[in-house]
Amino acid sequence: MSEELIRAIESRYLRDDLPDFKVGDTVRVYFRIREGDKERVQPFEGVVLRFQGAMNRRTFTVRRITGGLGVERTFPFHSPRLEKVEVVRRGKVRRAKLYYLRERMGKAARVKERFYTQGNKK
Amino acid sequence: MEGILGRKLGMTQIFTEDGTVVPVTVIEAGPCVVVAKRTLERDGYTAVQLGYLEQKSHRMNKPMMGHFQKGGVPPFRVLREFKATPQEVKELREGQAVTVGIFQPGEKVKVTGRSKGRGFQGVMKRHGFAGSRDSHGARYHRTSGSIGQCTFPARVFKGLKMPGHMGNRKVTVRGLEVVEVLPEKNLLLVKGSVPGPRKGVLIIRKEGKE
Repeated sequence: MSEELIRAIESRYLRDDLPDFKVGDTVRVYFRIREGDKERVQPFEGVVLRFQGAMNRRTFTVRRITGGLGVERTFPFHSPRLEKVEVVRRGKVRRAKLYYLRERMGKAARVKERFYTQGNKK
Repeated sequence: MEGILGRKLGMTQIFTEDGTVVPVTVIEAGPCVVVAKRTLERDGYTAVQLGYLEQKSHRMNKPMMGHFQKGGVPPFRVLREFKATPQEVKELREGQAVTVGIFQPGEKVKVTGRSKGRGFQGVMKRHGFAGSRDSHGARYHRTSGSIGQCTFPARVFKGLKMPGHMGNRKVTVRGLEVVEVLPEKNLLLVKGSVPGPRKGVLIIRKEGKE
Protein backbone atom coordinates (compact mmCIF):
# COMPACT_ATOMS: atom_id res chain seq x y z
CA MET A 1 0.00 0.00 0.00
CA SER A 2 2.57 2.55 1.08
CA GLU A 3 4.95 1.37 -1.64
CA GLU A 4 2.32 2.05 -4.26
CA LEU A 5 1.71 5.57 -3.03
CA ILE A 6 5.41 6.34 -3.28
CA ARG A 7 5.55 4.77 -6.75
CA ALA A 8 2.70 7.04 -7.77
CA ILE A 9 4.66 10.11 -6.71
CA GLU A 10 7.81 8.90 -8.40
CA SER A 11 6.10 8.03 -11.65
CA ARG A 12 5.03 11.64 -12.13
CA TYR A 13 8.62 12.48 -12.91
CA LEU A 14 9.39 9.69 -15.36
CA ARG A 15 10.28 10.72 -18.90
CA ASP A 16 9.68 8.57 -21.93
CA ASP A 17 10.99 10.96 -24.56
CA LEU A 18 14.62 9.81 -24.39
CA PRO A 19 15.92 7.35 -26.97
CA ASP A 20 16.53 3.77 -25.99
CA PHE A 21 20.24 3.51 -25.20
CA LYS A 22 22.12 0.83 -23.35
CA VAL A 23 25.39 0.21 -21.59
CA GLY A 24 28.23 0.31 -24.11
CA ASP A 25 26.57 2.78 -26.40
CA THR A 26 28.33 6.02 -27.23
CA VAL A 27 25.99 8.88 -26.52
CA ARG A 28 26.00 12.65 -26.64
CA VAL A 29 24.21 14.09 -23.63
CA TYR A 30 22.88 17.64 -23.73
CA PHE A 31 22.65 18.80 -20.15
CA ARG A 32 21.39 22.22 -19.15
CA ILE A 33 23.69 23.89 -16.65
CA ARG A 34 23.40 27.17 -14.84
CA GLU A 35 26.30 29.63 -14.83
CA GLY A 36 25.54 32.56 -12.56
CA ASP A 37 22.09 33.42 -13.78
CA LYS A 38 22.65 32.33 -17.38
CA GLU A 39 21.57 28.94 -18.57
CA ARG A 40 23.26 27.04 -21.33
CA VAL A 41 23.30 23.54 -22.72
CA GLN A 42 26.50 21.59 -22.35
CA PRO A 43 27.07 18.53 -24.47
CA PHE A 44 29.01 15.59 -23.10
CA GLU A 45 29.95 12.66 -25.29
CA GLY A 46 31.20 9.28 -24.18
CA VAL A 47 30.52 5.63 -23.51
CA VAL A 48 27.67 4.66 -21.19
CA LEU A 49 29.37 2.87 -18.33
CA ARG A 50 26.41 1.88 -16.22
CA PHE A 51 22.81 2.42 -15.26
CA GLN A 52 21.97 2.60 -11.60
CA GLY A 53 18.76 2.89 -9.54
CA ALA A 54 15.13 2.58 -10.47
CA MET A 55 12.11 4.78 -11.12
CA ASN A 56 12.84 8.49 -10.99
CA ARG A 57 16.06 7.87 -9.08
CA ARG A 58 17.62 6.18 -12.10
CA THR A 59 21.00 7.55 -13.17
CA PHE A 60 23.55 6.69 -15.84
CA THR A 61 27.26 7.31 -16.02
CA VAL A 62 29.07 8.41 -19.16
CA ARG A 63 32.83 8.06 -19.56
CA ARG A 64 35.02 9.93 -21.98
CA ILE A 65 38.73 10.49 -22.38
CA THR A 66 39.89 14.09 -22.54
CA GLY A 67 43.54 14.89 -22.78
CA GLY A 68 44.59 11.42 -21.75
CA LEU A 69 42.47 11.61 -18.64
CA GLY A 70 39.28 9.70 -18.09
CA VAL A 71 36.28 11.81 -17.09
CA GLU A 72 33.05 10.26 -15.82
CA ARG A 73 29.81 12.11 -15.35
CA THR A 74 26.66 10.75 -13.83
CA PHE A 75 23.33 12.13 -14.99
CA PRO A 76 19.89 11.64 -13.45
CA PHE A 77 17.99 9.82 -16.18
CA HIS A 78 14.69 11.57 -15.54
CA SER A 79 16.04 15.03 -14.81
CA PRO A 80 14.24 17.92 -16.51
CA ARG A 81 17.69 19.39 -17.07
CA LEU A 82 18.48 16.69 -19.59
CA GLU A 83 17.80 18.50 -22.83
CA LYS A 84 18.26 15.45 -25.05
CA VAL A 85 20.39 12.38 -25.59
CA GLU A 86 21.76 11.38 -28.99
CA VAL A 87 22.96 7.88 -29.67
CA VAL A 88 26.19 8.21 -31.64
CA ARG A 89 27.11 4.53 -31.81
CA ARG A 90 25.64 1.31 -30.55
CA GLY A 91 28.03 -0.86 -28.56
CA LYS A 92 28.12 -4.62 -28.21
CA VAL A 93 29.02 -5.60 -24.65
CA ARG A 94 28.60 -8.60 -22.40
CA ARG A 95 28.51 -6.81 -19.05
CA ALA A 96 25.93 -4.63 -17.31
CA LYS A 97 28.64 -2.40 -15.82
CA LEU A 98 31.68 -1.55 -17.89
CA TYR A 99 34.05 -0.84 -15.02
CA TYR A 100 36.83 -2.71 -16.82
CA LEU A 101 37.15 0.22 -19.21
CA ARG A 102 38.67 2.26 -16.41
CA GLU A 103 41.80 0.18 -16.40
CA ARG A 104 42.25 0.37 -20.13
CA MET A 105 43.56 3.15 -22.34
CA GLY A 106 43.59 3.76 -26.07
CA LYS A 107 42.85 0.85 -28.34
CA ALA A 108 42.08 -1.53 -25.50
CA ALA A 109 39.30 0.72 -24.25
CA ARG A 110 37.21 0.29 -27.38
CA VAL A 111 33.73 -1.18 -27.39
CA LYS A 112 32.62 -3.36 -30.29
CA GLU A 113 29.89 -1.91 -32.40
CA ARG A 114 26.50 -3.50 -32.55
CA PHE A 115 24.82 -3.60 -35.94
CA TYR A 116 21.17 -3.97 -36.55
CA THR A 117 20.15 -5.92 -39.57
CA GLN A 118 16.75 -7.23 -40.35
CA GLY A 119 16.06 -10.52 -38.72
CA ASN A 120 18.87 -9.89 -36.25
CA LYS A 121 16.97 -7.36 -34.22
CA LYS A 122 16.95 -7.89 -30.54
CA MET B 1 -4.95 24.00 13.67
CA GLU B 2 -1.51 23.39 15.03
CA GLY B 3 -0.85 19.96 13.60
CA ILE B 4 -1.96 16.50 12.64
CA LEU B 5 -1.09 12.84 13.15
CA GLY B 6 0.34 10.68 10.41
CA ARG B 7 2.44 7.74 9.39
CA LYS B 8 5.80 7.63 7.64
CA LEU B 9 5.57 5.84 4.30
CA GLY B 10 9.17 6.14 3.17
CA MET B 11 11.56 8.37 1.31
CA THR B 12 12.13 9.21 -2.33
CA GLN B 13 13.29 12.18 -4.33
CA ILE B 14 11.56 14.63 -6.60
CA PHE B 15 12.62 17.19 -9.20
CA THR B 16 11.76 20.86 -8.97
CA GLU B 17 10.98 22.79 -12.15
CA ASP B 18 14.59 23.93 -12.50
CA GLY B 19 15.78 20.34 -12.19
CA THR B 20 17.09 20.37 -8.64
CA VAL B 21 16.70 17.05 -6.87
CA VAL B 22 14.96 17.32 -3.50
CA PRO B 23 15.03 14.41 -1.03
CA VAL B 24 11.59 14.01 0.53
CA THR B 25 9.84 11.88 3.12
CA VAL B 26 6.35 10.81 2.15
CA ILE B 27 3.98 11.01 5.10
CA GLU B 28 0.41 9.76 5.10
CA ALA B 29 -1.20 12.32 7.37
CA GLY B 30 -4.76 12.04 8.60
CA PRO B 31 -7.58 12.32 8.14
CA CYS B 32 -7.80 12.78 11.90
CA VAL B 33 -11.06 13.13 13.74
CA VAL B 34 -11.81 15.53 16.57
CA VAL B 35 -12.47 13.33 19.60
CA ALA B 36 -12.64 15.91 22.40
CA LYS B 37 -12.14 19.61 22.97
CA ARG B 38 -10.46 21.56 25.74
CA THR B 39 -12.10 24.86 26.50
CA LEU B 40 -10.97 27.87 28.48
CA GLU B 41 -13.92 27.64 30.87
CA ARG B 42 -13.55 23.98 31.75
CA ASP B 43 -9.84 23.25 31.29
CA GLY B 44 -8.14 26.63 31.46
CA TYR B 45 -6.63 26.27 27.98
CA THR B 46 -7.81 25.61 24.48
CA ALA B 47 -6.87 22.52 22.50
CA VAL B 48 -8.34 19.82 20.34
CA GLN B 49 -7.83 16.10 20.84
CA LEU B 50 -7.39 14.29 17.56
CA GLY B 51 -7.79 10.57 16.93
CA TYR B 52 -5.91 8.65 14.23
CA LEU B 53 -6.05 5.06 12.95
CA GLU B 54 -9.41 3.51 13.74
CA GLN B 55 -9.46 0.53 16.05
CA LYS B 56 -11.94 -2.31 16.56
CA SER B 57 -14.13 -1.60 19.57
CA HIS B 58 -13.40 -4.96 21.23
CA ARG B 59 -9.75 -3.96 21.52
CA MET B 60 -10.66 -0.98 23.67
CA ASN B 61 -11.35 -1.05 27.39
CA LYS B 62 -14.58 0.32 28.84
CA PRO B 63 -13.27 3.66 30.13
CA MET B 64 -11.77 4.42 26.71
CA MET B 65 -14.98 3.41 24.95
CA GLY B 66 -16.84 5.81 27.19
CA HIS B 67 -14.50 8.58 26.12
CA PHE B 68 -15.10 7.87 22.45
CA GLN B 69 -18.87 7.56 22.91
CA LYS B 70 -18.93 10.95 24.56
CA GLY B 71 -17.52 12.45 21.41
CA GLY B 72 -19.76 10.26 19.27
CA VAL B 73 -16.77 8.92 17.31
CA PRO B 74 -15.40 5.43 16.58
CA PRO B 75 -12.44 4.26 18.71
CA PHE B 76 -8.95 5.29 17.60
CA ARG B 77 -5.57 3.78 18.24
CA VAL B 78 -3.72 7.07 18.64
CA LEU B 79 -4.97 10.09 20.56
CA ARG B 80 -3.12 13.37 20.80
CA GLU B 81 -3.89 16.92 21.85
CA PHE B 82 -3.03 19.85 19.62
CA LYS B 83 -3.07 23.51 20.48
CA ALA B 84 -5.94 25.45 18.97
CA THR B 85 -7.20 29.00 19.28
CA PRO B 86 -10.46 29.59 21.19
CA GLN B 87 -11.99 30.53 17.86
CA GLU B 88 -11.02 27.19 16.30
CA VAL B 89 -12.25 25.23 19.29
CA LYS B 90 -15.60 26.95 18.97
CA GLU B 91 -15.88 26.14 15.28
CA LEU B 92 -14.75 22.54 15.38
CA ARG B 93 -17.25 19.83 16.32
CA GLU B 94 -16.53 16.39 17.70
CA GLY B 95 -16.43 13.94 14.82
CA GLN B 96 -15.18 16.55 12.38
CA ALA B 97 -12.18 15.56 10.24
CA VAL B 98 -8.87 17.39 10.12
CA THR B 99 -6.88 16.77 6.94
CA VAL B 100 -3.50 17.64 5.45
CA GLY B 101 -5.21 20.69 4.00
CA ILE B 102 -4.06 22.63 7.05
CA PHE B 103 -0.52 22.67 5.60
CA GLN B 104 0.75 24.83 2.77
CA PRO B 105 3.77 24.08 0.56
CA GLY B 106 6.75 26.12 1.72
CA GLU B 107 5.64 26.05 5.34
CA LYS B 108 8.06 24.86 8.04
CA VAL B 109 7.00 21.98 10.27
CA LYS B 110 8.43 19.94 13.10
CA VAL B 111 7.96 16.20 13.05
CA THR B 112 7.97 14.05 16.18
CA GLY B 113 8.31 10.30 16.12
CA ARG B 114 9.83 7.35 17.89
CA SER B 115 13.29 6.60 16.55
CA LYS B 116 14.31 3.13 15.42
CA GLY B 117 15.55 1.00 18.33
CA ARG B 118 19.25 0.14 18.12
CA GLY B 119 19.49 -1.98 21.29
CA PHE B 120 22.45 -1.84 23.66
CA GLN B 121 25.21 -0.01 21.84
CA GLY B 122 28.78 0.86 22.64
CA VAL B 123 30.19 4.29 22.98
CA MET B 124 31.46 4.60 19.39
CA LYS B 125 28.09 4.09 17.74
CA ARG B 126 26.04 5.70 20.48
CA HIS B 127 28.07 8.85 21.11
CA GLY B 128 30.44 8.99 18.18
CA PHE B 129 33.62 8.37 20.21
CA ALA B 130 36.76 7.82 18.18
CA GLY B 131 37.88 4.52 19.76
CA SER B 132 41.46 3.37 19.66
CA ARG B 133 43.75 1.84 17.04
CA ASP B 134 42.95 -1.64 15.79
CA SER B 135 46.49 -2.82 15.04
CA HIS B 136 50.13 -2.40 16.11
CA GLY B 137 49.62 -4.42 19.26
CA ALA B 138 46.71 -2.42 20.54
CA ARG B 139 44.51 -4.40 22.89
CA TYR B 140 42.12 -1.55 23.39
CA HIS B 141 39.70 -1.02 20.50
CA ARG B 142 36.20 0.34 20.95
CA THR B 143 36.15 1.22 24.65
CA SER B 144 35.47 4.64 26.08
CA GLY B 145 38.72 5.21 27.96
CA SER B 146 38.89 6.94 31.30
CA ILE B 147 35.61 7.86 32.92
CA GLY B 148 36.98 10.17 35.60
CA GLN B 149 39.84 11.31 37.83
CA CYS B 150 41.17 9.99 41.18
CA THR B 151 40.77 10.84 44.89
CA PHE B 152 39.03 14.01 43.88
CA PRO B 153 36.17 13.90 42.90
CA ALA B 154 36.30 10.19 43.75
CA ARG B 155 33.17 9.49 41.78
CA VAL B 156 31.88 9.35 38.21
CA PHE B 157 29.95 12.39 37.11
CA LYS B 158 26.28 12.04 36.33
CA GLY B 159 25.28 12.03 32.70
CA LEU B 160 28.66 10.79 31.50
CA LYS B 161 28.45 9.34 28.01
CA MET B 162 28.62 5.58 28.36
CA PRO B 163 27.35 2.49 26.52
CA GLY B 164 23.66 1.74 26.82
CA HIS B 165 20.36 1.58 25.04
CA MET B 166 20.19 3.58 21.83
CA GLY B 167 17.18 4.64 19.82
CA ASN B 168 13.52 3.89 20.51
CA ARG B 169 12.97 7.26 22.09
CA LYS B 170 10.97 10.32 21.20
CA VAL B 171 12.78 12.49 18.66
CA THR B 172 11.64 15.77 17.14
CA VAL B 173 13.10 17.13 13.92
CA ARG B 174 12.50 20.83 13.52
CA GLY B 175 12.34 23.19 10.59
CA LEU B 176 11.45 20.73 7.85
CA GLU B 177 9.97 22.29 4.76
CA VAL B 178 6.63 21.13 3.37
CA VAL B 179 7.38 20.48 -0.29
CA GLU B 180 3.98 19.33 -1.44
CA VAL B 181 0.51 18.60 -0.10
CA LEU B 182 -1.72 16.06 -1.83
CA PRO B 183 -5.10 16.40 -0.09
CA GLU B 184 -6.90 13.82 -2.25
CA LYS B 185 -4.43 11.14 -1.14
CA ASN B 186 -3.84 12.53 2.36
CA LEU B 187 -0.13 12.76 1.58
CA LEU B 188 2.45 15.22 2.79
CA LEU B 189 5.88 15.56 1.22
CA VAL B 190 8.46 16.94 3.62
CA LYS B 191 12.04 17.82 2.72
CA GLY B 192 14.56 15.70 4.57
CA SER B 193 14.35 12.71 6.84
CA VAL B 194 12.03 11.98 9.73
CA PRO B 195 12.52 9.77 12.82
CA GLY B 196 11.24 6.21 13.02
CA PRO B 197 10.63 3.23 10.78
CA ARG B 198 8.21 3.06 7.89
CA LYS B 199 4.62 2.99 9.13
CA GLY B 200 5.78 4.64 12.36
CA VAL B 201 3.29 7.10 13.81
CA LEU B 202 4.34 10.75 13.57
CA ILE B 203 3.12 14.03 15.00
CA ILE B 204 3.42 16.83 12.47
CA ARG B 205 3.15 20.33 13.87
CA LYS B 206 3.56 23.76 12.39
CA GLU B 207 6.77 25.50 13.34
CA GLY B 208 6.13 28.55 15.48
CA LYS B 209 7.51 31.92 14.49
CA GLU B 210 11.16 32.47 15.24
